[in-house]
Amino acid sequence: MRLPNKTRAIEEAIAGIKDGDTVMVGGFGVPGTPMTLIHALVDHGAQNLTLVKNDANEPGMGIDHLLQSGQVARLITTHLGLNSNAIAQMNSGALEVEFNAQGILAERIRAGGAGLGAVLSDIGIDTELAQGKQVVEMDGKSWLVEPALRADAALIHADRADPFGNLAYVATAQNFNPLMAMAATCVIAEVETLLPLGGLEADAIHTPGIFVDHVVELGQLSEEYAVVRR
Amino acid sequence: MVARAAREIAPGMVVNLGIGLPTRVVNHLSADFPVCLHTENGLSGIGPTLGYDKADRNLIDAGGAYVSTVPGSACFDSATSFAIVRSGRLDLTMLGAFEVSATGDLANWKIPGKFSPGAGGGIELAQKARRVVVLTTQTDRVGNPKLKEACSLPLTARGCVTRIFTDMAVIDVTPAGFALVETADGVSAAEVAEATDAPLALPDTAIPTF
Repeated sequence: MRLPNKTRAIEEAIAGIKDGDTVMVGGFGVPGTPMTLIHALVDHGAQNLTLVKNDANEPGMGIDHLLQSGQVARLITTHLGLNSNAIAQMNSGALEVEFNAQGILAERIRAGGAGLGAVLSDIGIDTELAQGKQVVEMDGKSWLVEPALRADAALIHADRADPFGNLAYVATAQNFNPLMAMAATCVIAEVETLLPLGGLEADAIHTPGIFVDHVVELGQLSEEYAVVRR
Repeated sequence: MVARAAREIAPGMVVNLGIGLPTRVVNHLSADFPVCLHTENGLSGIGPTLGYDKADRNLIDAGGAYVSTVPGSACFDSATSFAIVRSGRLDLTMLGAFEVSATGDLANWKIPGKFSPGAGGGIELAQKARRVVVLTTQTDRVGNPKLKEACSLPLTARGCVTRIFTDMAVIDVTPAGFALVETADGVSAAEVAEATDAPLALPDTAIPTF
């Protein structure tokens, strides 16, 4: 037996994304943001997207390209502080923004990927973040119901992969990637180094290839991946 | 004040330094001081900040600064990172503030109509770290006190702050309200009280300076 090969050309990998889809995008700042897949999605042109991403990157970087092209109707996120374009779109009403506490966004995605319906949390329970959320009592305590999140597609950036889609991340480029890689119907991973089957130590794999649908090997990395000199 | 705040960190602690002023505390910890610094984007064991020429493009803190690792550092995903936060593994977090109330309420993420970029991980840090201290200026840019009887801005978390380090003083939040602990060199207790928009209890003994 041998494991199936999921390597694809980038256009083929993202061809299934449709108007109105929900798309998860990995990354926290530059590390782990799938810059190349994001550009491919701009070229692909799907409209009226809901994006799920920790942050909105910075002007001219990452998902800012999708905001600038007008393809994003809604953004589920935790913090936009470094992207003035995103804040301007939010304030003008062009972009609907849903803020989540960062670890709660992570847990909602993890729950979505783990086949669960929701998680219970007390984060923000006595603040305005609790407004509109269902409250349940358990063990004599009140908890907010935080619904699981799933997406139609997830765009993932990994450091190393094999053709089956086993993925390994480096340093702080891990962040939301392994969670989102479990929580979408179609999981597309761009990878810096594609190794042959067996090239990744079985014990060093962060995301098992079972979760991954398409593997896109990156060539020379663009400047967008580089150290940002602010 | 940053140097004074750094002395709040005891050997052996797990500590998260919030974005802004608190990040600068790291510059006052010696290389052999036993502490584990955590950043919510997925790193424990933060080493010194690096210049652009030595930076690793994949290694940042939650504020986007390029950092380094130390022997024994660990990298993990965002769910694991906030499991550390919510389950009470952080001994201490140091956060910035727009306002702190006399009951320890913290407002540091939203000024309606002016500033609402989202709280990131700040709510979980404020609500779940075992000890929350604030590092901020005593007054805002136009001179309004940040320490108030009650916060007017949307809260990050209620009753979480136990101590505040400012450019003028160290102030504790006690069951009876704000209490002056220390003053900065050259600042009088009366000046601190004047720059605090709530009653400020003074110690019976001489007030130490920093």
